Amino acid sequence: MSHSRLPLLRRISQIFFLLLFLGLLIFTSLRPTPGATGDIHLRAPVRLFFEIDPLVALTNALAGHALYRGLIWSLLILLPTLFLGRFFCGWICPMGTLQHWVGNMPSESKRGKQRIDSNRYKRWQTGKYVLLIGGLVAAFFGSAAIGWFDPFSLLVRSVGLSLLPAFNFAVRAVLYPLEHSHISFIKAAGESLHAGLQYTVLDFRQQHFAQGVILGVLFIGILLASLRVTRFWCRGLCPLGALLGAASRWSILGLHKDPSACDKCNRCLLNCQGGDDPIGGVPWRKAECLMCMNCVGSCPHGSLEFRFFRKEPEVATPDIGRRKAVTGLLAGAAMVPLFRANTGMGKSRNEKLLRPPGSLDENDFLSRCIRCGECMKVCPNTALHPTLEQAGLEGLWTPTLVPRIGYCEPSCVLCSEVCPTGAIWQITPQEKGWVVGVGKQQSQPIRLGTAFYDRSRCLPWAMATDCIVCEEWCPVSPKAIYVEEAQVIDSAGNTKTLKQPRVDPSRCVGCGACEYACPLQEHPAVYVTSIGESRSPGSQILLNRKS
Amino acid sequence: MDREAERGIEQQKLEQLKSTAPEQKMTRRDAMLQLLRLGGVAASAGAAAFWLNEHSVRPVPTVPEQARRDHRSASDPQLPHLTVVQGGEPRALVQRALEDLGGIRRFVSANDVVVIKPNIAWDRTPEQAANTNPEVVAEVVRQCRQAGAKRVLVTDVSCNEPRRCFHRSGIQAAALAEGAEVILPDPELFREVDLGGVVLKSWPVFTPFLEADKIFNLPIAKHHELTGVTLGMKNWYGILGGQRNRLHQQIHQSLADLASFMLPTVTLLDGYRILIRNGPTGGNLEDVVLKKTMVAGTDPVAIDAWVAKAWWNLDAEHLPYLQMAAARGLGTVDFEKLHVKFSQL
Repeated sequence: MSHSRLPLLRRISQIFFLLLFLGLLIFTSLRPTPGATGDIHLRAPVRLFFEIDPLVALTNALAGHALYRGLIWSLLILLPTLFLGRFFCGWICPMGTLQHWVGNMPSESKRGKQRIDSNRYKRWQTGKYVLLIGGLVAAFFGSAAIGWFDPFSLLVRSVGLSLLPAFNFAVRAVLYPLEHSHISFIKAAGESLHAGLQYTVLDFRQQHFAQGVILGVLFIGILLASLRVTRFWCRGLCPLGALLGAASRWSILGLHKDPSACDKCNRCLLNCQGGDDPIGGVPWRKAECLMCMNCVGSCPHGSLEFRFFRKEPEVATPDIGRRKAVTGLLAGAAMVPLFRANTGMGKSRNEKLLRPPGSLDENDFLSRCIRCGECMKVCPNTALHPTLEQAGLEGLWTPTLVPRIGYCEPSCVLCSEVCPTGAIWQITPQEKGWVVGVGKQQSQPIRLGTAFYDRSRCLPWAMATDCIVCEEWCPVSPKAIYVEEAQVIDSAGNTKTLKQPRVDPSRCVGCGACEYACPLQEHPAVYVTSIGESRSPGSQILLNRKS
Repeated sequence: MDREAERGIEQQKLEQLKSTAPEQKMTRRDAMLQLLRLGGVAASAGAAAFWLNEHSVRPVPTVPEQARRDHRSASDPQLPHLTVVQGGEPRALVQRALEDLGGIRRFVSANDVVVIKPNIAWDRTPEQAANTNPEVVAEVVRQCRQAGAKRVLVTDVSCNEPRRCFHRSGIQAAALAEGAEVILPDPELFREVDLGGVVLKSWPVFTPFLEADKIFNLPIAKHHELTGVTLGMKNWYGILGGQRNRLHQQIHQSLADLASFMLPTVTLLDGYRILIRNGPTGGNLEDVVLKKTMVAGTDPVAIDAWVAKAWWNLDAEHLPYLQMAAARGLGTVDFEKLHVKFSQL
C-alpha cells in the first residue's frame, strides 16, 4: 500500500473510535429494553475504554496487588505497543483525536514558520513522564489520584458530567418551542424529532452535576491549548501517553529517514502530531512519536518511511534525565503522606461524604478510584456527584451521594457495574440486600449511612402538621422509620393527634429516600450522614445490630 | 522571526496603503446617503426602544387550564354497582369482573382513547405486591383493544425512578405485549391544571390523563401508615407532577379533591396479592397475602369503603376522605345499600 494512504486510514480509525467512545458514553445510562422484565443490567460494554487502558491497569495493580475484572484487556494495547510504539495515541485515543481535530483548526498563532517551530521537540514534553512517575509511585503508596490525568477519566468526567448534560439542555431548548408551536406540522415535526432523539442522544431526564461548569471549562481549555501547541495535552501532560512512550522503548517499528533525499523542506514538521523530530539531520524521538503517519504522507521526496528492524540513530528512551525522574519519584512518594497529613481522614471525616453502594473502605477506595465519573453518569437518579472538598483534597472528583438531589434506588447496582477499578466493587441487588428477594436468604445489607431527624424543622415534630412522607418512601421492610402517635397543640390551641417519625438505626441503610422525599427540599428535616456505613468498621453507632 | 522585523513589515504595508489610496473628497450625494442611513438606524433603534418600553409587563403565572372531564359510564339498574370476584388467576378475575359489570363494551366504544392507570409507583416485582399485577393490566388492555379502542395507553407518574418501576413491575412488558402504548412520565409532558379542589388548586397534571376519552383506574390494595390503607382513590396521586410530597399534610382533603377531579369510567381494584404491612412500598414477601380477589365497579367510593371494611376492618369513620367524597356526591360509603355481586371462580 502506498504510504500516502496511511493518514487517511488513520483518520478513519480515529473517527471510528471517537464515535465508539461517545456512543458508549451516551449508553452509560439506564435504558431497559422495552418488553423485558427482571433485573436491570447495562446492555453496552461501557467500561471498554477503561479496560483497555494500561495506565488504569497498572495503577490498579500497584494499589491492589491484583487486576480488577476486565482490566486484563489492557494487554490488548500494551503488548502491541511494545512491538509497534504509540499507535494507540495517534490512531485510537478519542482524547487524542479531539485534540488532533482542534489542533488542525486555523490559528493565527500557529502558522508557517511558527507552526514548524512549534512541532519541533521541546523539553517540556518530558513533563508527562514526571507526572507518570509521580502517579505510579502515589498509586503504590495508596492513591489513584493519577486518574485526574488519565485521558479517559478526563473525557468521561468532562463530556459525561458537563458537555453532554449541556448538549441535552440545548437540544431541549430548541425542541420546546417546536413542540409547543400552534402550527400543527411544526408541532408534529418537533414531537417526532424528540421521540427519535429520546432513544438515542437525549437522556430520559435532564441531568445536572455539581461542578459541571468547572469540569466543562477545564476541558475546553485543554482542547483550546491545541490551537497554540498541537496536541498540548498528549505531548506535555498525558500520563497514559508517557506510559506507552516508555513501553515503546524496544519496539521494532521505526521511522526510516533517507538523508540523501531530504532537502529540509520542513513539510514533515507542518503536521507532526507528537513533536518527535521526523526531519532529517536530527535523531527521531521514538517515545514521542504517535505513529500518525502525517510526515510519511507529506514528504514530497518519499524520504520518510516506517520500517521494521531498521538500524538508525534515534532517541529511544524518554529524554527525562535522572534529576527529573527523581523529582517525580519524590513527589509521588510525598503526595500520599502529605494528603493524609491533611484533615478529612479518620475522625474528621466529612459527615456528608456518602459513597455509592459496594464502595470499599475509604483507604482502599482512594487507592482505586480514578475519578472517571462513570458511576455518576450512569446513576438513574443523578444522585452521585463529584466531590469538591467533601473527601479532602486527595478525594477531589470522587463520587458522593447527594440525597437531596437523588436517593439510592433500592435494587439498582449500576454504579458498581460500571466502576472499572473496583473502588465500587461489583455487587448484585441481593448482595446490596435492601429488598428481600424471592426465596433469598438475607445477609446484612450494605449501608451508606444513617438517617437523622431535625426536629426543629420536621412538620409533625415542630409544626403540628401531618406528614411522614419519609416513612412512606422508606424502602426496607420492616421500615427503618417508625412512628409514634402524639398529642400536640396547634397555634389555635386545639389538641391534635398526629404521627411523629423516628429512625431505627439498626434497620436504616442510608439510601436517602427519606431525605429526597422530605417536603422541606432545600434543607430537609431528615438527612443522611455517613455514620454507620457498612464499609467503615470504625464508623459505627450501635454496639450490636439486629439482623 | 523577531519582533523588530515584524514591526518593520507592518510599517511598510501601511506606507504602501497610504501611497496607493488617492485623496478623495466626499461628494454631496455620498454625504446625504450616509446621513440617511444613519438616520434610518437611529429611527429604528428609537422606535424599537419605545415599543419595548411600552410593552414592559410583569410576567404573570400561566392561568391553569380547566380540564375536568366526566369519564363515567351511564348507570344501569340491571347491573351490580360492585362486583367481588374471588378465587382465580389475575386474568380470569378481570374477565369475570368485567362480565359482571356488563362487559367491556359498556365502557369502551370504538375509536375511544383509553387511558389505563395502574399503580406503577415503586421499583418492585409483581410478587412484592407494591404495584398493580401486570396480568391484570394486560387483560384490561386486551379487552379494550378488542372493544375497538383507537389507542390504549398505560401510564403512571411513579415515585421511584420510572424506568425501573415500569420495567421491574412487569407492567411495561405485559402491556406492550397486548398492544398498549406505555408512556413513561416525561417531565416535559405535564400541564398546569385547575383541580378546583378545597386544598388542591393549580397543579401540573400528566397530559395523557387530560386527553383520554375513557379512564380505567387499576389500583392495588395496600397498607399505608398515614391513612391505614391505600386503595382506589389514592391511586390518583399518580396523575400529578410538582411537589406532591405536600399532599400528606391534608391527605383526606387531598384525596377527596383528586376524586372530584378524576371521574373514572370504571375501577378494577387488584386484590390478587395485597400488601398488609410496611406499605405502600413493602419489599418483603412476608408482608404479602395472596387474596386472589378483584373488586370492581363504577362507584369509586363504594369500592374503597368495601375493601377497607372487608380486609382491614376500617369503617368509613376512620377514613374521612370517603365521607368527604360521598358528601360531594361521588359515590356512597354505604355499600350495603348497593347491589353487590359476589362471584367465586
